[in-house]
Amino acid sequence: MKITGAEAMMRCLKEQNVNCIFGFPGGAVIDIYDELLRHEDITHVLVRHEQAAVHAADAYARVNGDVGVALVTSGPGATNTVTGIASAYLDSIPLVVFTGQVPTGLIGNDAFQEVDIVGITRPCTKHNYLVKDVKDLVPTIREAFHIARTGRPGPVLIDLPKDVVSSKVKFPEMKPVKMRTYRPTYEPHPGQIEKACKAISKAKRPVLYVGGGVIASKSNVELTDLAHKLNIPVTMTLMGLGGFPGTDPLSMGMLGMHGTYFANMAVAECDMLIAVGSRFDDRVTGKLSDFAPRAKIIHIDIDPSSISKNVKVDIPIVADCKHALTAMNNWLENSGLDLAAQVAAHEPWINKIKEWKAKHPLGYVEETGIIKPQFVVQKLHELTHGDAIISTEVGQNQMWAAQFYHFNKPNNFLTSGGLGVMGYGLPAAIGAQMAAPDRTVIDVAGDGSIQMNIQELATAQQYHCPVKVAILNNNYLGMVRQWQELFYKRKYSATVLDVEPDFVKLAEAYGAVGLRATKPSEVEPVIKEALATDNTVIMDFVVNREEGVYPMVPAGKATTEMLLV
Amino acid sequence: MRHTLSVLLQNKPGVLSRVTGLFSGRGFNIESLSVAPTIEKEVSCLTLVTVGDEAIVEQITKQLHKLIDVIKVTDMSEHEYVERDMALIRVKAESSTRAEVLRTIDIFRGKVVDVCPKSYVIEVTGSASKVQAIIDILRPIGIQEIVRTGMVAMTRGQK
Ligand SMILES: Cc1ncc(C[n+]2csc(CCOP(=O)(O)OP(=O)(O)O)c2C)c(N)n1
Ligand SMILES: [Mg+2]
Repeated sequence: MKITGAEAMMRCLKEQNVNCIFGFPGGAVIDIYDELLRHEDITHVLVRHEQAAVHAADAYARVNGDVGVALVTSGPGATNTVTGIASAYLDSIPLVVFTGQVPTGLIGNDAFQEVDIVGITRPCTKHNYLVKDVKDLVPTIREAFHIARTGRPGPVLIDLPKDVVSSKVKFPEMKPVKMRTYRPTYEPHPGQIEKACKAISKAKRPVLYVGGGVIASKSNVELTDLAHKLNIPVTMTLMGLGGFPGTDPLSMGMLGMHGTYFANMAVAECDMLIAVGSRFDDRVTGKLSDFAPRAKIIHIDIDPSSISKNVKVDIPIVADCKHALTAMNNWLENSGLDLAAQVAAHEPWINKIKEWKAKHPLGYVEETGIIKPQFVVQKLHELTHGDAIISTEVGQNQMWAAQFYHFNKPNNFLTSGGLGVMGYGLPAAIGAQMAAPDRTVIDVAGDGSIQMNIQELATAQQYHCPVKVAILNNNYLGMVRQWQELFYKRKYSATVLDVEPDFVKLAEAYGAVGLRATKPSEVEPVIKEALATDNTVIMDFVVNREEGVYPMVPAGKATTEMLLV
Repeated sequence: MRHTLSVLLQNKPGVLSRVTGLFSGRGFNIESLSVAPTIEKEVSCLTLVTVGDEAIVEQITKQLHKLIDVIKVTDMSEHEYVERDMALIRVKAESSTRAEVLRTIDIFRGKVVDVCPKSYVIEVTGSASKVQAIIDILRPIGIQEIVRTGMVAMTRGQK
């Protein structure tokens, strides 16, 4: 029996275990939306802007541990997704984004709401497709999910002309996807594992430098095992936070531009840097020639192009982090190596790091009567027992969340790391809440960023997402202001937000709850009330306006040249 | 250093723009590029000449591999190989210079493929340096137009 392309698409989504999609309708996808009504087992979340659909799908994917799905119309619907797609691409998040397209006969005619979205998104997707024949529809969707979730994950876009989804087709039987040109390497080369383990066992001052790859490959347990087995301190990138428990004594927190003093010093002094699923981003390395200058470098990554891209690597291991770490742990257990001796041998190094930490711990200066933004994040941590899902906007708020909410588990920290998209946090919080209805989800926000997707308060209301938004309100585009303060003679060009809404009233206008704290003593009661409220809540924390994020490595400087509190 | 890369691709719409987009987006350079189907009709071969140090060419190769539609990338510089470029050159050929033009073409084993009262179109095939050499020699006589195919390359010996 033949069914429409739209119905085939729904069947295919279910076959891929999709039960929640984020989208916004329009003429080119009206047949898909009509079909969607007949599938109650797929929840459709109607966002208020297509960018938000993609961010929400991104967060949903992270929390759910599988591919996120967005559905939008042609033309403006499609172009509105580009920021979300680019963010997912840089953060290696598995997504399938369906865009409507004008009918095949009109493609190339500058038809109404026609854009070449496949052309536009070519450089920011892992792969993309234009489906021109309904017979190719289901195989394309299967291939897209396969590409999105395997190897180094990423977003895949499928452009669907209106006539393709309305034509009829026989639903092809499910077969494992086999591709001639795409076979990611999961298993490490045993020779490289042995080489790496032997090198590590000779190191006196090793450091594990962990990125988002550990979270993508779900290998936090294997990583923790390795660190404990050999007594190796661990530092994480923004995307790696939660890959290793933030409260573990071996954790040095984040490294790089706003990393801890002790993490950056440890990397500068280490004789062995073990990079696991991280990519030597410029925000991490600072001046490249001074990054880990004394270290032999081991790099585990599933993407060969990440290896030796920025920094020459001594022992490359192309593999899935989970497979590679398992192989290393096995080798170390079975090699006859004296593990207790290893642990003891690293003790002087651990003590050295403790000295650095005692000298310059992560902190801030308290001032009576003024709310410090870091204090708000600390209180959020305390009152949620470190167990909430935290999404962030971008700027100072994002860095304070990263520094002061010590993430112990993967995917509790959702942030737009690579692209740094202001406006990510609220839709991401909604996506996370849809994936985990029983969890506490908090968007740590800036007063600037929150306005970039504030319309999603309506979405949160419609789907009863009791997400909490904690605005660290400094009345500035704070991060840019900080750069102007430090490097542009305090000339605050276009960073003062002269006109801002009353966020409490704004929340109320959407049917949400608005709370405000202007004194340190009000912070805890406001958070407690928000956590006890079964509704979307905006907490407006009026914080110290010119607070800065420290430590800070000025752009292009060596990571040891930190500006401290 | 100059590298000739031979890239096997799925013969599908848009694949070429994935490759060229990669080069422009990442700031890699393309000296010449030619593409045509191979003996298998679903597969095209793209020959690309680029200039860069070892690290850059390693990145280019890895990034090309990462494209889903790329089947195989060979850096010809790691092998024994033959390479050919073809040029069509419209050169001034008036009574005073005709003989000299013909002599030059002959030395380079070129062919005259079109004759006009005041010009010839000549075809010449060879390595990049050979094609460049004939261009340099003909230039003082008066080249009016040049079209080149870009390099194609194949490894020597048994497959
Ligand atoms: C979409 C977008 N536009 C511009 C920027 C550049 N930018 C980075 S941080 C920042 C300031 C953000 O202000 P706010 O949300 O109030 O956060 P704060 O730094 O004050 O905590 C800006 C403008 C960006 N990251 N994203
Ligand atoms: Mg602000």
